[in-house]
Amino acid sequence: MSEHNLHPGLNLGARHGAAHEGAETILFGFWIFLMSDLVIFGLVFASYLTVANPTGAAGGPGPAEAFDLRSVFAQTVILLSSSLTFGFATLAMRHETGRRSIASWLIVTLFLGIGFLAMELRDFAHMIDVGAVPSRSGFWSAFWGLVPLHGVHVTVGCLWIVVMLIQLATLGLIPVVKMRVLRLGLYWHFLDLIWVGIFSIVYLGGQMR
Amino acid sequence: MKDPDHRSEARLYLAGFGLALTLTLIPFALVHWALLQGRTLAITIAVLAIAQIVVHLRFFLHIDLSRQKREDLQLILFTVMLLAIMALGTLWIMGNLATRM
Repeated sequence: MSEHNLHPGLNLGARHGAAHEGAETILFGFWIFLMSDLVIFGLVFASYLTVANPTGAAGGPGPAEAFDLRSVFAQTVILLSSSLTFGFATLAMRHETGRRSIASWLIVTLFLGIGFLAMELRDFAHMIDVGAVPSRSGFWSAFWGLVPLHGVHVTVGCLWIVVMLIQLATLGLIPVVKMRVLRLGLYWHFLDLIWVGIFSIVYLGGQMR
Repeated sequence: MKDPDHRSEARLYLAGFGLALTLTLIPFALVHWALLQGRTLAITIAVLAIAQIVVHLRFFLHIDLSRQKREDLQLILFTVMLLAIMALGTLWIMGNLATRM
């Protein structure tokens, strides 16, 4: 981007006037919220790592029996693709290709988000089947505190996409709606960033012991 | 997508996606076929994860080293510093306790 960025995430550009200038402080504020969310995730990661050892597992099922790496890989690709489709939605907004193209990219992102959640829930069901429930050991308590926390964030993101689709249809592309889509974009890309930590530390790291 | 700017920006997103996908495929392949073990594997996964996070920040969140009006990158670095103190401190203390048990 040749022009100066006013805020994190895709900038709409000067021709969007009020929506672009208004986004500066609002998106910065939202960025501060995301950074505080990052601190929460980071500390939950730290508490997970303190019990990711034989003592923490307390003789319960280990990562090898409970995790399905193929499914995790599929979830990773789905979530990464949803980041790309969300990027296309915000690009469509930036270049004013119309409500229809923004909405269709958002719908694709929504379906990818739901697909991710469906696969994750199936994995969770498998873990419950093999006895890897939160009350089994410190390790599983920490796992269920970390990975579903990300899942809940994705669920909220999906609901937010639905709300934005409704507002795009009813309110149209007014500055307020544009800025909300931009914030949702930051949130969505941020969740993909957290997922990189989850698949690297929890799922791939779990295979190493 | 008639606008040439639109097309080149979409290509940047695709480039970011391709890079991130590669950085995802490598660690999964390393673990799946057990190409590396132990410490080397852990370090490789960590380096690839950090590289992927940088790719996400650069291509999807548009955070780079150019001067920005608001110091978004500084805020990330400050947050990471807080996290380093709290998270690494936690791991250090708990690891120390574990060796004493």
